[in-house]
Amino acid sequence: MNPLPGSPTPWRRVRARRGGTDTVFRYAVRSAAAMVIVVLVATAVFLVQQAWPALHQYGILSYLGSDRWAPSEATATGRHPNPYGIAQFVYGTAVTSLIAMVLAVPVAVAVSLYLTEIAPGWLRRPLSGLVDLLAAIPSVVYGFWGIFALIPAVRPAGVWLSRTLGTAPVIGPLFAGPFFGVSYLVAGLVLAIMILPIITAICREVFATVPTADKESALALGATRWEMVRMAVLPRSRSGITGAAVLGLGRAVGETIAVTMVIGNNVLSITTSILGPGSTMSSVIANEFTESTEPFHLQSLMVVGAWLLVIALVVNTVGKLIVRRTGEDIA
Amino acid sequence: MSHVPPTPDAAAARIDVVNLTARYHGRPAVADVDLAIEPRQVTALIGPSGCGKSTLLRCMNGLHLTVPGASVTGQVLLDDADIYAKDSNPVEIRHRVGMVFQRPTPFPTMSVRDNVLAGLQLGRRLGRGAPHDEIAERALTKAGLWHEVKDRLKAPGASLSGGQQQRLCIARALAVEPEVLLMDEPCAHLDPISTLTIEDLIREIKETYTVVIVTHNMQQAARVADTTAFLTMSAVGDPGRLVEVGPTERIFSSPRRQTTEDYISGKIG
Repeated sequence: MNPLPGSPTPWRRVRARRGGTDTVFRYAVRSAAAMVIVVLVATAVFLVQQAWPALHQYGILSYLGSDRWAPSEATATGRHPNPYGIAQFVYGTAVTSLIAMVLAVPVAVAVSLYLTEIAPGWLRRPLSGLVDLLAAIPSVVYGFWGIFALIPAVRPAGVWLSRTLGTAPVIGPLFAGPFFGVSYLVAGLVLAIMILPIITAICREVFATVPTADKESALALGATRWEMVRMAVLPRSRSGITGAAVLGLGRAVGETIAVTMVIGNNVLSITTSILGPGSTMSSVIANEFTESTEPFHLQSLMVVGAWLLVIALVVNTVGKLIVRRTGEDIA
Repeated sequence: MSHVPPTPDAAAARIDVVNLTARYHGRPAVADVDLAIEPRQVTALIGPSGCGKSTLLRCMNGLHLTVPGASVTGQVLLDDADIYAKDSNPVEIRHRVGMVFQRPTPFPTMSVRDNVLAGLQLGRRLGRGAPHDEIAERALTKAGLWHEVKDRLKAPGASLSGGQQQRLCIARALAVEPEVLLMDEPCAHLDPISTLTIEDLIREIKETYTVVIVTHNMQQAARVADTTAFLTMSAVGDPGRLVEVGPTERIFSSPRRQTTEDYISGKIG
């Protein structure tokens, strides 16, 4: 750039330039940042707007109050009761996410403890990279793998669960009936693997912030490595692990394609048994939006989408808050 | 592993450092040290920053080797048994050789009482029926903290003042009845009053224990130590070496080496 006429000192030139490229740059980054907010708000507004006719017809609460999803019974006048109950989808999302958490969190904690405290130095980076790569596998590939590898592999365990726990008191209904293959259980397993990388990555960061002084004081008292972890690392990391788990939950709640491929897509009503087929909030949308011809059908799917958005936003915000608070605690 | 229940007055052990070189990633931090540490005495390690005095201290309980890339050659004899011998058990060594660090490090989620008993919970050294409260009281009394905390044993350890936290850490180290107590600049982050309290405490506990203290503060070495060892390095990045060791009074009044004199008179470091 040519020096501006009448600006003899270098600092004048610097200041003068702020009127040119700097301004462009400033507006560019500012509008990029604004775009993020616009997209979020626009998505929410769009969902509610699209869902509005159905919400207006049936009322927002009648959706959560029923687990009967029967589009064929819907009429153009939209008589009550609401044929689009979505409680079974909420149940499906909750159960599959819960199975995923129960399986993934302990494994993620163990993997990150190994990576930060136990593994030899030369192994840590490549192994961390491999765990991160799990997140790079496309969702649809996980779905395929779930159908053709996981379901046959899990079948003996599913049959065994159904035979033993299926008739047990209290927890019996959770394992009752035959193992279908496509089921909440398999969807939960696939989700567990999919959320493992993010939980592991955050736990790794959390464990790495435990002060060396704490670990050394435990070792200096004669702690073994495991005792050191129990005494110095885990107590300090409790809320960090919780935050990591909640962020993993956020992923699990929204995951769609892999789940749709292995969950069986039974929409009729709540199937309590985790061995049976069902649907989640996201899988029913993916499955039905192309063929929604009944009155209020598409709009009702939009209601499911809106509820899903609310749940996902709450879960992710809570997770982020917990993780951030942990960081402050340690500092 | 069978454990003798801790006795009120465990035998103080002696330590002989023999031709010891400690390295980080192959680079020696402290080299060729021979040093005898007598039981029931306070031995101070002094020297400028980077001379390897903390590394030397951390070699005496094997903590040095927990750092990635660290290695050791030579011997550290704890009552004539080399702690770096193949059949030596690092966990047991650290049980016998306690340590107190620069910053007070009470476990943040534990109460005062649980902090004191932390070392005893390890490896189930203490049975269910053991007199936990008496043991905690005895250790806190030894650390001169009992009267200040006896009414807040359930409060978090981190709620105490800095000086109290450091004495809590001393109580925690003493509760497992070690034979040696290593102290790595234990007063570096404390106010003068707390420092004097800890120094009184060191003079008291040397009746029962062998104490090795690393300090930056030469007056402190002069006040508490029976024996003083001076380490230095010839240039920054070179390994630290032991220059001179002897009775504290002699080291401070008539050092034999010029570098020692330069250091204690403030010309270097």
